[in-house]
Amino acid sequence: MRFIQLRLGAFSAAVAMLAATSSGALAQKKYDTGASDTEIKIGNIMPYSGPASAYGVIGKTEEAYFKKINAEGGINGRKINFISYDDAYSPPKTVEQARKLVESDEVLFIFNPLGTPPNSAIQKYLNSKKVPQLFVATGATKWNDPKDFPWTMGWQPNYQSETQIYAKYILKEKPNAKIGVLYQNDDYGKDYLKGLKDGLGAKAASMIVMEESYEVSQPTIDSHIVKLKSSGADVFMNITTPKFAAQAIKKNMEIGWKPLHFLNNVSASIGSVMKPAGFENGQDIISSAYLKDTSDPQWKNDAGMKAFDEFLTKYFPEGNRIDASVMYGYTVAQGLVHVLKACGDNLTRENVMKQAASIKDLELGGLLPGIKVNTSATDFAPISQVQLIRFKGETWERFGEILGADATN
Amino acid sequence: MSAVDKVASEAPPVEAVPKRSMTLGTGASLLMLALLIIGPMFVKNFIVFQLTMLLIYALAVLALNILTGGSGQFSLGQSAFYAVGAYTSAILMEHFGVNYALTLPVAGLICFGFGFLFGQPALRLSGIYLALATFALAVAMPQLLKLGVFEHWTGGVQGLVVTKPDAPFGLPISQDRWLYYFTLTIAIGIYIASVNLLKSRSGRAFMAIRDNEIAASAMGVDVALYKTLAFGVSAGITGVAGGLGAIAVQFVAPDGYTITLAISLFLGMVVGGVGWLPGSIVGSAFIIFVPNIAEGISKGLSGAVFGVLLFLVIFLVPHGARQVAIVAQQMLGKLTKG
Repeated sequence: MRFIQLRLGAFSAAVAMLAATSSGALAQKKYDTGASDTEIKIGNIMPYSGPASAYGVIGKTEEAYFKKINAEGGINGRKINFISYDDAYSPPKTVEQARKLVESDEVLFIFNPLGTPPNSAIQKYLNSKKVPQLFVATGATKWNDPKDFPWTMGWQPNYQSETQIYAKYILKEKPNAKIGVLYQNDDYGKDYLKGLKDGLGAKAASMIVMEESYEVSQPTIDSHIVKLKSSGADVFMNITTPKFAAQAIKKNMEIGWKPLHFLNNVSASIGSVMKPAGFENGQDIISSAYLKDTSDPQWKNDAGMKAFDEFLTKYFPEGNRIDASVMYGYTVAQGLVHVLKACGDNLTRENVMKQAASIKDLELGGLLPGIKVNTSATDFAPISQVQLIRFKGETWERFGEILGADATN
Repeated sequence: MSAVDKVASEAPPVEAVPKRSMTLGTGASLLMLALLIIGPMFVKNFIVFQLTMLLIYALAVLALNILTGGSGQFSLGQSAFYAVGAYTSAILMEHFGVNYALTLPVAGLICFGFGFLFGQPALRLSGIYLALATFALAVAMPQLLKLGVFEHWTGGVQGLVVTKPDAPFGLPISQDRWLYYFTLTIAIGIYIASVNLLKSRSGRAFMAIRDNEIAASAMGVDVALYKTLAFGVSAGITGVAGGLGAIAVQFVAPDGYTITLAISLFLGMVVGGVGWLPGSIVGSAFIIFVPNIAEGISKGLSGAVFGVLLFLVIFLVPHGARQVAIVAQQMLGKLTKG
């Protein structure tokens, strides 16, 4: 017995010595709360219930994607522990959940929380705690502000830059256009409208002949379309969510109004807008995109789309393939995995932000060919490129160059 | 058969609660107080924050309890008063640089006035009709806050970010702990004032109206005045709770004050026991923690799990926490005798 104890003692001494000598070689291994040799803890907040619950599928897709990453061995040998909470799109609840994630679950950072009001509610808290608020899921313009909020970073192209691109196109192709605008009366609609006016500059007042707004709660927008037609507009700026977008396209055809039709990216989905509206009614509509449309036949043999389908069948069979939110969640999760791989063994909050702010020309399977993710210490808008698309037959045809937001500013 | 007969024969909407049983015994009160003071010293900041929210919602539930349990009027519009209080505090702090503690009485007064004025037309309505009128108020409030006219002050859909206050006099405690004790002091003050209000002449008038309006007016109670007064007091307390909520959450936005909040508060009142003021804190705990428990059980079905839990509570203890307290008291009495 005594002998064993002695040997154990010697063994542990040897282990201690080994640890002491090897610590020099592993000096680069640095961790903040939430990261260890075996695990990276990531927090997330989604509206699984409440008015915006349709977006909850983004969180579920991300969870499924990290399950895939873990099954394939994790990131640099570490498993992702993805903790996602429901805030029902209510800002006070978001604050509670964010504090729970940071102070109780002790996550390394918060990833892709959804919605403009919920993110606004936690931005100050996370920045004062120096916890990254990474790749927020909102198109508002204010997330690209590294000077005042160095711990917050956006992800998708913002709404304003999209309508600025349309404005530029109109000024070039149709300088005497009379523009009729239909927009949803909330922050999303108003952000788009502001971008359009900024893009048109001094000519905005004379070119926009009518601004019509509708409430989400309205059953139909037919009367607005009739009004817009009677204003004599020859360009229609359609800033609506999918259900209303399909209604507008149909109604246009019914009353024989054929303006140059711009449809916002939010509704540029074949499965949920163009098909229900009728392909023949949607010909020549112009929109913009940065993600591949999963219901577009042109991607049938695309490598990125094949990988996406493989992921869906193996890890997320309950996911609705034509729901654009699934592709969104898949792509943003890939973006995060890229950042975490780049972090190597230095998993501090500071390094996560540093790596997130040094993405160079990253191409992801779900992004349109040519669109690249780029960030820098002064550019916290990862995806700022889009391409104009025109509806032809049963598919979106890309045309023109890849347009960057910088070019429009 | 006149309308008066019909009203007189109708059962009162809220079951009569004797005055004495609306409060807690001295021993139990002191025990609760000690728990609330000592408890937060040993837990993490995050739990202190949750406890602060518990007190704040408890205040809002208490306010509804005075209105419904005290004067027998229903309101599904408490979220509107809560929002007005929250925005008053936030705007005063951020646009005018007023000290956070001073914004609370202002929030209370504005909401009192708002509630009192709303109480005027509400006088003509009773029972479910009043509930619907207040419901309209709750539905309208988030959209009113988004209006372009007020956007300069309210921040529109983007909301307003509020700075969290530090502990004064260089006290070596964290912001969360300081805010907790600050909230606790206010909550105790309001609780004592409410208990005294219900024991006073006005409180007796409230209850007389609740039990039988016609009898009350026959006894010389100015029904119109006391009904609007109850509305005003309830709105005022809710406003203070809203102000505290804005400071604790550090953010106000229209989406935080939807009809869901009003229904949560109503739920809290029923679970705590209608007309039993100490039950407010139990009701508040229910609306804060049970959704989290439900989410823990099943993320996809959290709403359904919450529904089942709520159903169990209503089915097993229809009078809420008050019933539990009474049973506990009886058992304790038997034990001490035996």
